[in-house]
Amino acid sequence: MNEVINFHFAIDGNDFTSAGKASVQVKKLLRQLDFDSDTIRRVSVAMYEGEINMVIHADGGEADVNVHDNYIEVILADRGPGIPDIELAMQEGFSTAKDNIRSLGFGAGMGLPNMKRYSDDMNISTVIGQGTTVTMRFNVTGM
Amino acid sequence: MKIKELAERLGFEVLAMPSPELEAEGGYAGDLLSWVMGRAEEGNVWVTIMTNINVLAVASLAGVSAVVVAEGAEIDGEIVEKAKEQGINLFRSREPVFETVLAVGREMGL
Ligand SMILES: Nc1ncnc2c1ncn2[C@@H]1O[C@H](COP(=O)(O)OP(=O)(O)OP(=O)(O)O)[C@@H](O)[C@H]1O
Ligand SMILES: [Mg+2]
Repeated sequence: MNEVINFHFAIDGNDFTSAGKASVQVKKLLRQLDFDSDTIRRVSVAMYEGEINMVIHADGGEADVNVHDNYIEVILADRGPGIPDIELAMQEGFSTAKDNIRSLGFGAGMGLPNMKRYSDDMNISTVIGQGTTVTMRFNVTGM
Repeated sequence: MKIKELAERLGFEVLAMPSPELEAEGGYAGDLLSWVMGRAEEGNVWVTIMTNINVLAVASLAGVSAVVVAEGAEIDGEIVEKAKEQGINLFRSREPVFETVLAVGREMGL
């Protein structure tokens, strides 16, 4: 079994009420594939943070989940404004979320730190005015 | 303890209980969703005053055993329906967050 399974999602940037849907779906799919609960939780929580970031900060985007034999890769790509200072954005508590977004419970500035913590490897590539791609890798140990 | 027992003993208003057999273990209190995502653990009872639709996705992904909305806060009927569909237990407490957390902790013997 060396086949890679791919799940692809288009993330709607205008729909706050369904934000997080792709991640919830991925959680279900990974359960069906019999991954251990720790892996499922790490992948789906980190993906949710990235999915929400695309909705809030980048007007939506695309998500790809590639399931390999011993690791899962999540790629979140958007055509939003880009991140001017990645180091700053990665700091706990840093957020540019507007008040209307904050009133929904977002904007703690904890999303990217959570993604970093829950993934085994994370890479952000961003071009101002063109977009951001976040790639996360999750090693699968128990299965 | 099963989540249905906890809800019953504490007299929470049950808005949705599609998963009554879930084990309730420990808890987390907070309203900022990324904090909840980062800190809440599987099986926790999550006490919050947030009532918007995004609470459901967070509850489901963090794997909490129930969401307890404190302060008797108003919740949309639509959200209650979605909670049922998504298998998320949703309760309401008339007490403020602090008292609600205390009561949950006491019942769990914490
Ligand atoms: N995809 C993105 N496109 C553009 N900017 C982004 C993107 N993701 C994150 N950012 C920037 O990085 C900041 C920090 O992101 P992070 O997810 O840590 O916090 P947040 O989204 O503001 O709040 P929280 O995630 O706690 O609800 C954001 O406020 C935003 O300025
Ligand atoms: Mg975020």
